[in-house]
Amino acid sequence: MLSSSSLLRQSTSTFRPRSLPKSNLLRSHPSTSNPSPLNAISQRTNLIRSLATVADPPVRHYGGLKDQDRIFTNLYCRHDHGIKGARSRGDWHKTKEILLKGDSWLIQQIKDSGLRGRGGAGFPSGLKWSFMNKPGWEKDPRPRYLVVNADEGEPGTCKDREIMRGDPHKLVEGCLVAGRAMNATAAYIYIRGEFYQEASHVQQAIDEAYKAGLIGKNACGSGYDFDVYLHRGAGAYICGEETALIESLEGKQGKPRLKPPFPADVGLFGCPSTVANVETVAVAPTIIRRGGKWFAGFGRERNQGTKVFCVSGHVNHPCVVEEEMSIPLQELLEKHCGGIRGGWDNLKGIIPGGCSVPVIPKDVCEKVLMDYDSLKDNQTSLGTGAVIVMDKSTDMIAAIARFSKFYKHESCGQCTPCREGTTWMMNMMDRMVEGRAQEREIDMLLELTKQVEGHTICALGDAAAWPIQGLMRHFRPEVEARLAGFHAKHGQVLYGGKLLSDVDTRYAIPDNLGGDAQRSIAAV
Amino acid sequence: MFARSRFVARRAIKFGSGSRTLSTTLPRRADITLTVDGKEVTVPQGTALIQACEAAGATVPRFCYHDRLAIAGNCRMCLVEVERSPKPVASCAMPAMPGSKVFTNTPLVHKAREGVMEFLLANHPLDCAICDQGGECDLQDQSMRYGSDRTRFHEITGKRAVENKDLGPIVKTSMNRCIQCTRCVRFANDVAGVEDLGTTGRGNDLQIGMYVEKVMDSEMSGNIIDLCPVGALTSKPYAFQARPWELKKTESIDVLDAVGSNIRIDSRGVQVMRIQPKINDEVNEEWINDKTRYAYDGLKYQRLTTPLVREGDRFVPATWEHALETIRHGLINSGAKGDEIKAVAGHLADTESLTTLKDLFNKLGSENLTLDQPFGDSPPATGVDLRSNYLFNTGIENIEEADAVLLIGTNPRHEAAIINTRFRKSFLRRGANFGLIGETFPSTFELEHLGQSAKDAETFFSKPGNGTFAKIWKEAKKPLIIVGSAVMETKDGAAVLKAVSKHVLANQARFLNQEWNGFSILQRAASRAAAYDLGFTPSTTSSSVKPKFIYLLNADEFDPTTIPSSSFVVYQGHHGDLGAQYADVCLPGSAYTEKSTTWINTEGRAQLGRTAVPPPGASREDWKILRALSEVLNQPLPYDDVLALRDRMWDISPTLVRYDSREIPSVELTKLGLQVLSENKTSQASGEKFKKPIEDFYRTDPISRASVTMAACSKAFTKGDYVPADVDEGATAQASYA
Repeated sequence: MLSSSSLLRQSTSTFRPRSLPKSNLLRSHPSTSNPSPLNAISQRTNLIRSLATVADPPVRHYGGLKDQDRIFTNLYCRHDHGIKGARSRGDWHKTKEILLKGDSWLIQQIKDSGLRGRGGAGFPSGLKWSFMNKPGWEKDPRPRYLVVNADEGEPGTCKDREIMRGDPHKLVEGCLVAGRAMNATAAYIYIRGEFYQEASHVQQAIDEAYKAGLIGKNACGSGYDFDVYLHRGAGAYICGEETALIESLEGKQGKPRLKPPFPADVGLFGCPSTVANVETVAVAPTIIRRGGKWFAGFGRERNQGTKVFCVSGHVNHPCVVEEEMSIPLQELLEKHCGGIRGGWDNLKGIIPGGCSVPVIPKDVCEKVLMDYDSLKDNQTSLGTGAVIVMDKSTDMIAAIARFSKFYKHESCGQCTPCREGTTWMMNMMDRMVEGRAQEREIDMLLELTKQVEGHTICALGDAAAWPIQGLMRHFRPEVEARLAGFHAKHGQVLYGGKLLSDVDTRYAIPDNLGGDAQRSIAAV
Repeated sequence: MFARSRFVARRAIKFGSGSRTLSTTLPRRADITLTVDGKEVTVPQGTALIQACEAAGATVPRFCYHDRLAIAGNCRMCLVEVERSPKPVASCAMPAMPGSKVFTNTPLVHKAREGVMEFLLANHPLDCAICDQGGECDLQDQSMRYGSDRTRFHEITGKRAVENKDLGPIVKTSMNRCIQCTRCVRFANDVAGVEDLGTTGRGNDLQIGMYVEKVMDSEMSGNIIDLCPVGALTSKPYAFQARPWELKKTESIDVLDAVGSNIRIDSRGVQVMRIQPKINDEVNEEWINDKTRYAYDGLKYQRLTTPLVREGDRFVPATWEHALETIRHGLINSGAKGDEIKAVAGHLADTESLTTLKDLFNKLGSENLTLDQPFGDSPPATGVDLRSNYLFNTGIENIEEADAVLLIGTNPRHEAAIINTRFRKSFLRRGANFGLIGETFPSTFELEHLGQSAKDAETFFSKPGNGTFAKIWKEAKKPLIIVGSAVMETKDGAAVLKAVSKHVLANQARFLNQEWNGFSILQRAASRAAAYDLGFTPSTTSSSVKPKFIYLLNADEFDPTTIPSSSFVVYQGHHGDLGAQYADVCLPGSAYTEKSTTWINTEGRAQLGRTAVPPPGASREDWKILRALSEVLNQPLPYDDVLALRDRMWDISPTLVRYDSREIPSVELTKLGLQVLSENKTSQASGEKFKKPIEDFYRTDPISRASVTMAACSKAFTKGDYVPADVDEGATAQASYA
């Protein structure tokens, strides 16, 4: 049995997060600071046992990932991203032995590690990969593909970009290891077209790996043949959806396919395929090397592991940083980003997982942990781990309206609810920014979001609906105030945004235009 | 479901998931049972949920789903609730699962449908009053059921506006009304083979079109009008002509090719307003070609409405009595005896009138019954003793099973457009292979060109060579040879049939068995199979006799030099086309929409056409004219009504009146027929190239030649000379009533 310690190779780099300010180093955090007094107590209770002293299990605090536990040790591209530098950071170490372990062992390690997909949906990766190895898969003559989703387009997200720029070999090796686990014949990396430098780095890594015999025929001398191809996309957000990505890779319009059949049955070129995020694939070799248990040691149950967070917006030092899962959101910001611009109290709301998840207000931000379950309990989602911070200077309505515009622009147009709904929602949000709407239209807008949500082929409809729902859930008074302000200035507004003063009142106004509304918000 | 693209489909075949190996019939799929709204229903495995719901009697609204097209699943109207599924599922895209519990009538489903309907209507113009789809519009109908009675869409930004596309003289577009269901796109790609129709743009800017503006060059394009669930694609010739509720609907049979497509004739008063397909899975599924659909306006022009008698260099209208008397005098004065009395049966002659004509001429002592085609005065190369020698034995619906098809001297796209769509289907879904010996044509499937002439056909069978198709042909489990009718109209006909029949007999295990008959003749004239069935064929001496009295029954394709100037010529037909020009007497018959007659299609299937409108003016049903003539000629025929006539047809061949069923020739008889063909000693194959019998698909018979729409189509598609309507003019014209 391959022991995880034998593969463990300490990172020699002197790594320190770019944005870690000195002042924060001085702050003490329970998990990183001196031995906890609790340890002393537990030692004592071991010695003197009595009936009355059942101690509560220690409350574990998450966060404060140690340097030796970081997976992406060249996230900031300070070192050589080529094969020499990658090898010095431990990549490609005993990959042959890993490959020889066989598919079921590899998948069991991934299952043990508790790794969940890092692309947003958070599906358990071990389980997903095991779908490729259904009983009797050997009899299927079709080739089998691993497709790596490097079409990182979610606004606010920039983790894959950093990985591919600094640690492209981790991705290439990850392709090989994950590909071996699912018995794939080749991997396609579908990279976002705008990522020119990243594509260059990944291509360089692929070329180097081919040259060194690490991939291709008889990869790493393991007897296993595996090819890796890089394909540059053309910059559509929807191509990040797995089936749309497959369509795009096949040379068609990037429009999501119907499921079933799922890609594991009929995927790329009609063959069994699995689409996985860059980060998911790139962490695989390290997990295998250090053991699934090591990875499972981070984060809460069901949310194990480390995660690359990308923090942007109104923090003092926006950064991309690898941290332990379940780190409190506030700690993530204070420790790595130098806190909110103007202090914590200047915070208005945070979007914790990229633009497709609902915003949470300050009081929620104070208590949530950055993991799948905690954020879900607070009616939002971890998404891609892209934390967008907004302080009090933000016009929250305008911010969400911009998202609506984004989704309107990126909707593929297949499904009716998304095609028509995103446009309608954008138009209404644009009016709300100005205040040119009736109060009752807020509820109508919410109803529209419900009509879109869950009724489409892919999740883009949901993603378009959630930010608006989040806005209205937490910032409705602000929207109402905006409306009232506009009404006070311009008089009553009819449904659809027309001013009552612009209507020829000699004719009856149909009551479904809201002309009969007895009160205007301004009057309240 | 995943056969959305050619590539994927072919791939799937290659890797064996769709190919069948040992069994020669479709593997019987197991039945599964599920519950729909508390009702148990059993359906075959792989059925779409929407069909399972239909089977259980639950109506599921839909726009994009169409049971003959690929599944898109994008309109989201067919959402239903499935137990243990968190979200409502699109029932068209979800296979029915055993034991699942489906609900189509819950608040969640209602909410979802109403939501989708509201979104569809948000950008749909409220112009039902001036929309041609009104009354047969899916959106209109379903909005009555699922829509709100008032709108919530009042956005100051207004509705979406989309520029209209000019798809040619048939399809009128009003793209503002489009709901992006993509039925037309899927039809064009999967059935018609027009791969340039697609979607451009995305999101709310998604448009249906060709990107490069051009006409939709397909002989099947009219079907997208039927498929369009809204008024985005409507019929240009029918624009603003009628409302569906004004029309009388008559189910009938098309006669403009030999397929015998089932049609529905919509008429108002005495006028045919439009022709629509009628579903018949064994023949035309749900499609008809554009000639079938749009040649109807030819029924209004160039009609013979009264008997005409030639006086000098002009025709004079006459009474029926006078015209028939003139014929009697003509026959006597010409002095024609025996085979000098010649009949020519045209493409559009119905079975009843062929029977009557044959009986009458036999009574007059003539066996000179010729057909209106090249070499029509010599006995057909196929012979008429065995039906399998001149019919499409494989059957139209079975050709989809063929894995290799060899076309000899035929262009199915123009000779039988419906059959051609089946070829495209088998090409896309099963990866069937096709070879062609004859003149090339722009086909809708991949085709290997193997030669030009009868000689090439012989060579292919004797020394097939190492081409891709030749290899596949050797291995094919269900090979199919289709010989075009035009081959029999050349001097090489017998030689080709000899080579083919030898090949089939040599490989009879693969060609002829209980489940498969791989030898087919493709006729292209609606009357031909019936004429052969009746024995309406020339005798061996026919071609050598100089006729003195010629009776042209719907014959308009003959070579004028075959009509001696001294002969007395009678033309019976419905249009003043070629035949009437040479006639001494014209007798006005009725067109196929005006009579209830029997038609035998190329498979030998008897089908009954029905009267939709009365014949115009003094024209009469064709067999009645001949019956009246027999009276005048003192040779009265023994039948006075159509029932007695059909009894006579039963006596000749029962297959002529066994309607809607196909008499499948037995394997033994087919072999016997092939032996007869293979023992033919006469001719040698020449190197003369086969020629396409149809140069212009849109102008093949008196009806389509009289049609204005067909003339426009011929100009646009055959000649490629389409001038788009002035866009600006159209815009102002619309603005006047918008």
